[in-house]
Amino acid sequence: MRSLPVRCLRPGWGVVPIILLLALWEVVPRVSDGSGGGLLPPFSEVMVEGWRLLGSGVLADNFLSSLVRVLAGFVAGAITGVGLGVIMGWRENVRKTLRPLISLFYPIPAVGWIPLLMLWIGINDLLPIVIIYICSFFPVLYTTISGVRSVDRDFIRVARSLGASERHVLLTVVIPLALPYIFTGLRLEAGMAWRVLAAAEMIAVPTGLGALMMRAQSLIRIDIIIVCLIVLSVMCLLFEKLFAVLESRLTRDWC
Amino acid sequence: MHICRGLDLTIEDREFFVLLGPNGAGKTTVLSVIAGLTAYQGSVFFNGSCMDTVPAEKRRVSYLPQNLVLFPHMTVVQNISYGLKARKWEPDRVDERVRELLGLMHLEQLGDRYPRQLSGGEKQRTALARALAPSPEILLLDEPLASVDLQTAKRIRGLIREVHNATGITTVYVTHNLEEAQELGDRVAFLHKGSVQQVGSPSAVYFFPENENVAEFIGTPNILECCECRPVGHGVAEVSCAGLTVLVPHEGNSIRRIAFLPGDVYLSTSKPPGPEFNRFVGEVVSITPSRSTVHVGVAAGDTVIIAEISPSLHTELGLAVGDQVHVILKLRRVRTYEE
Repeated sequence: MRSLPVRCLRPGWGVVPIILLLALWEVVPRVSDGSGGGLLPPFSEVMVEGWRLLGSGVLADNFLSSLVRVLAGFVAGAITGVGLGVIMGWRENVRKTLRPLISLFYPIPAVGWIPLLMLWIGINDLLPIVIIYICSFFPVLYTTISGVRSVDRDFIRVARSLGASERHVLLTVVIPLALPYIFTGLRLEAGMAWRVLAAAEMIAVPTGLGALMMRAQSLIRIDIIIVCLIVLSVMCLLFEKLFAVLESRLTRDWC
Repeated sequence: MHICRGLDLTIEDREFFVLLGPNGAGKTTVLSVIAGLTAYQGSVFFNGSCMDTVPAEKRRVSYLPQNLVLFPHMTVVQNISYGLKARKWEPDRVDERVRELLGLMHLEQLGDRYPRQLSGGEKQRTALARALAPSPEILLLDEPLASVDLQTAKRIRGLIREVHNATGITTVYVTHNLEEAQELGDRVAFLHKGSVQQVGSPSAVYFFPENENVAEFIGTPNILECCECRPVGHGVAEVSCAGLTVLVPHEGNSIRRIAFLPGDVYLSTSKPPGPEFNRFVGEVVSITPSRSTVHVGVAAGDTVIIAEISPSLHTELGLAVGDQVHVILKLRRVRTYEE
């Protein structure tokens, strides 16, 4: 069987559908001007509005609020998820003890906690942070446990016989070898944090991209909503890409 | 579940000891017990000191498993120095020892490479260097040559023996390869289903198998007692064994037994051309077909020689009990036990 020509698979080709979409987006609202009730402003108008929001500081203020929440929630979730995941992956008794509890909480969607958390911690900055924490913690925990457990026992046996203490084996052999798994969890959850953030901010707080979208919705400012969605999409991609690059940097020599 | 039971082995200081046996015999488990890497009932002594409560990292034993398990995220130098850093050696001493081992294992140019960038032989040498680096008292090698080609295996065998001779480190080597055991071992222990069947020199195990398990594993060779030995020069001697005169390789001592595998016995119904030595005429006394071979018993001299031939050759020769056949032994295929 003949293989496809390599040039068909070049990544640059992925830009073509995006350009086509933007062109359609620009042309269709103008052609059907008035008939759509202004429900989709042309791409250029959205960009102009984005520029205006940037200039006035509204977008930057709300974006920064969201960024701080994502970073706080995600970093806390990642640190505790990786930490507990390493312990649970390494110590069978800890894993067996905590697994039923974690299995019980893991299936609950992060946004499902919102009503309960509104009552427990009130409507404030902490709420979206906790939601993002919950969203990040469980998947990172599970991928870390899998990563630690996937390390071939022979590596540990050899390291022990070479004189390494349990702690030394964990730090120098097990965790580095579990990195590809850990980074898979971090990469996916870094993007997911932005998705959950929008939902939490829409409901619970007056600042942030989610809150800005809700205000724009009440004023029927579709252009602002789209600007916020674009920012969220770009941030999702950037965060995922950041971890992909980090993973590649840390493991490219040996993976 | 018990993998080994009633095991009692004494390995001498500085000895190269081979654990030989088929897959599932419990060889790797014995290594794990010595290294303290598995739970066991019983006792392990090093120089008279009980090791049962000593953890693996404090036993001064280096373990090299079958699949080598070089740490993939570390370079050759980092792999070799791992044990030294784990034991908190001074950086200067670490560098010096690593340099020494890179030289010994001919890895000087490969220090910065990762395991995935190494050939099979280079990985073997790196793993061996890593195991030797902390100067262990005991080196445990678990079928280290199982996954390399024959040429590389031969080179590494030489290297392992060289290292043993140079360092005198007590070595326990696991293999299911009889040739490896004979080439490397000072003594061999044959394991079968978790118990020791025989311990002795490689020659003793080959020429004096103590039970059927051992004999079957080494290929159930024809073993003949010899009574006379006359050197004829060029490393060859003429020996009288069970009423047959056989030319065999000779290293100078009196030959007590000779052995040859059934697969190394050639049969012909007509007189074969060529020199006359190591050819006998005999009578077929038994024919035992098995799944992929046929064992033919031929009475020659005062013994019955077992030959292993293919079913197609058996059909071609048309052998039947009572037929006369010519038996041919290849000089280099005959092993000798000298006193």
